Amino acid sequence: MADHVVPHDVPSVYEPSLFGTYSKKIGMWLFLLSDSLTFGALLYAYTYSRISTSNFMGQTPFHSESIVNATIMTAFLLTSSLTMVLAVRASVQKDQKNQTLWLLATMLCGAGFVVLHGREWTNLIEQGMTLPMFPAVPGHAGNPEFLDVVKKVPQFAATFFTLTGMHMLHVTLGIVYLGVVALRRKFIPILLVLWLVAWLATPSYSPFHYGAHVLLLAAIVCGIVVWLKPKVYDSSDVEVAGLYWHFVDLVWMFIFPLVYLMSAKIL
Amino acid sequence: MDEIQIAIAERVAEEHRHHKKAQFFWVWGVLLVLTAVEVYLTYQNMQPATMLTILMGLSLIKAALIIGFFMHLRYEISLMKWLTMCSVVGCFIIMTVFMLWDARRVVTLGLK
Repeated sequence: MADHVVPHDVPSVYEPSLFGTYSKKIGMWLFLLSDSLTFGALLYAYTYSRISTSNFMGQTPFHSESIVNATIMTAFLLTSSLTMVLAVRASVQKDQKNQTLWLLATMLCGAGFVVLHGREWTNLIEQGMTLPMFPAVPGHAGNPEFLDVVKKVPQFAATFFTLTGMHMLHVTLGIVYLGVVALRRKFIPILLVLWLVAWLATPSYSPFHYGAHVLLLAAIVCGIVVWLKPKVYDSSDVEVAGLYWHFVDLVWMFIFPLVYLMSAKIL
Repeated sequence: MDEIQIAIAERVAEEHRHHKKAQFFWVWGVLLVLTAVEVYLTYQNMQPATMLTILMGLSLIKAALIIGFFMHLRYEISLMKWLTMCSVVGCFIIMTVFMLWDARRVVTLGLK
């Protein structure tokens, strides 16, 4: 029987990972690096508008109420990062019950963030700080201060809604991601109920009335994923989901000071 | 996952088992305190340039804490740390050089 020649100069499948970790995690890191450039570009667009617009500084509309609201939102996200890291810890200790509980706690904090952010958006839109693409709010004349901001510095509303909207979308998809990891198939009907509630409970002029359909799309995609590849998510899946969640938190650490704190009008 | 991937994941999980819970609570506490400092500074009516510098400095510290401890990057091997951080920082430096300089140029030229 002929001897098999083992080519030592060709990397084999048993070669250790170049980055010292598993490929799923490296894949998520690569995605996060590319996503950080998306948010970087949006933050730079906001900063560019701010520097190149001479009357930007005097026109920004955030009073103490907005700062307090954004601070509570920040606390929600930071707490969600703590609960996420505790979920990862529980998963590597094979503590399934605590893993699910911490993941649900993370989702709850994330949901709190989205609700507060949605409330803030609704208030701003009702007061007149809006985008041309948003439907007019019936029965609200608008606040003269906010209408003035939109008239004199239209870049503010454009960059504010794009940046925070993109972040809110990431948080929402993060909640869905964690929901699938925590509850697997059981989360799909919950997601559909959330979609119906979000769609039917928001007025037709609200951007969230149409934005709620993101949940329907997510339910369809997640349904296909769990149907095609049913599995029990292990500690590596929880850790990779955690990386995504912490990234969402990380991005907010720059949006919060740049958009809110630097735009505060303390009276 | 194939066997080698499972083996690597098991080794990474083994490393995570040694992380103390208290450490994560400390990092969370520091992040909350830094956020409180940022909000406090907002109420001090500082010059925008000074305030921006301080806020960005604090945000970078917060980002480093999140990436290092919560995202576990400080426990990864050097190649992973350097490649990820250098690539993203390099991209941001390029963005800064092109976009912010141009924004200042627009102000200087008085273009609307």
